[in-house]
Amino acid sequence: MNNSDLAQILIRAVEEADSSDRLLDAVQELAAAGIEESVPTLIAALGYNNPGAAVAAVDGLIAIGEVAVPSLLELIDDYNYSARAWAIRALAGIGDARALDTLLEAAKTDFSLSVRRAAARGLGTLRWQQLPAEKVESVQIQVLEALLLISQDPEWIVRYAAVTSLETLAIAIAVTLPDQASRITNQLQRILDTDADLGVRTRVKFAQQKIQQQQHQEVFAPKRKLENTEVSEIPYRGAGRR
Amino acid sequence: MNPSPEKTEDLSLTGNNAEGGSLTVEQALANLESADLGLRFYAAWWLGRFRINESAAVTALIKALEDEADRTPEGGYPLRRNAARALGKLGDRQAVSPLIGCLDCSDFYVREAAAQSLEMLGDPVCIPALIELLQVGLQGEQLISQPDLSQPYEAILETLGALRATECIPLVKPFLEHPIELVQYAAARAMYQLTQEPVYGERLIKALAGDKLQLRRAVLADLGAIGYLPAADAIAETLAENSLKLISLKGLLEYQVKHTATSTLSDGAIKVINLMDSLL
Repeated sequence: MNNSDLAQILIRAVEEADSSDRLLDAVQELAAAGIEESVPTLIAALGYNNPGAAVAAVDGLIAIGEVAVPSLLELIDDYNYSARAWAIRALAGIGDARALDTLLEAAKTDFSLSVRRAAARGLGTLRWQQLPAEKVESVQIQVLEALLLISQDPEWIVRYAAVTSLETLAIAIAVTLPDQASRITNQLQRILDTDADLGVRTRVKFAQQKIQQQQHQEVFAPKRKLENTEVSEIPYRGAGRR
Repeated sequence: MNPSPEKTEDLSLTGNNAEGGSLTVEQALANLESADLGLRFYAAWWLGRFRINESAAVTALIKALEDEADRTPEGGYPLRRNAARALGKLGDRQAVSPLIGCLDCSDFYVREAAAQSLEMLGDPVCIPALIELLQVGLQGEQLISQPDLSQPYEAILETLGALRATECIPLVKPFLEHPIELVQYAAARAMYQLTQEPVYGERLIKALAGDKLQLRRAVLADLGAIGYLPAADAIAETLAENSLKLISLKGLLEYQVKHTATSTLSDGAIKVINLMDSLL
């Protein structure tokens, strides 16, 4: 049996599932197969109001990776915010730079806090090396401006997600854009001093620790720092893709 | 305790002009006296939702606890329910005594809302009245033989646990066997808060593997409320919406931070943060 036949069988199992357990199993199997043809079905599974199936579908889409991005951008559901949040999560997990505009728009303007949360997270997991080298800095500044704004969102979880992304961005630009990086550390300190939410403040402390550890490493490993800048790409940090 | 995430999550009305949300405080207070019962009902909700804890709002809502105009065909009091819910959110202890009075109301949902709001207000003066209500379901220290559904036991148990009413441990414990699973979980949650014995936290973890999404959602809220750190992985893995898992884990995280003497992050806190990050 080739991949295409297998995909058809697994897709049919998802379409014919008549209970939430069967749906979950079918989506898990389809996701685990990692076949490109399954992308539209996996995206549809994000809208079935079955969180287990949605998690499996997101994992499957992330595993399929870049080839799933155009469909995700195209099929994103404007009318079902729960499905939209899962789709944004998949885009964030893939980290594909083509999702930039969708993520920026969603993080700043979506009415659903779970969509804003997932998008805020995604802005910190973008793979900068996909961008043309001459565009990296301007895009990073654009993302930074957005994150500074989003880190003032009225919902704690969106601010929390923005802090995680400010952390990764601060580390990514520590060497290339030190002035911009200090805007991030200033904003983190401001949140720590003023945020009403203990969970958000705690996440800021953790971010500050991570950023300091990074600076420490750079002080004690100047050679590696040079090598990194010569590559003119910011290495993608694998952490937090899910 | 177990609202659908559709309702909790995204009626957040972060825009100023979300549909119907653009009342002013003055309008809301005026609407509480409106001839239109729908407007009254909405105004009571609105004052709570937007945390309008001005004394005029508190006074008006306390008055609404005695409303007789708004009745359901079954004899319920919709405005009283909303007023009782709102008063919990406003955090003004003037409401404690009137809410205790509501525990005698003929409407189950008014009693439930009052018990929940008394938890939020956190004043132990309500404990005897809650115990009295709990005892409706008990014969001595056992459940009465017919399963009793007449009282909002879930809310009562949660409040007694949150208020650390250790004197009522023998009265809470029998509810671990109540036929309604949500009541069992509320009892486990309260027993953990009252005794700190892991066996009750473990019972909740076990419930996260249950079949029904609604119940898993409820247990997520319970575990978050008691800050039970050993549940962290089970919370992250249960089949439920990430939003609810994140709220639950935040409960664990904040409990860790509040109960750690030093200002550095504990290993437990870091573990929870990493799980939360993975769910964003």
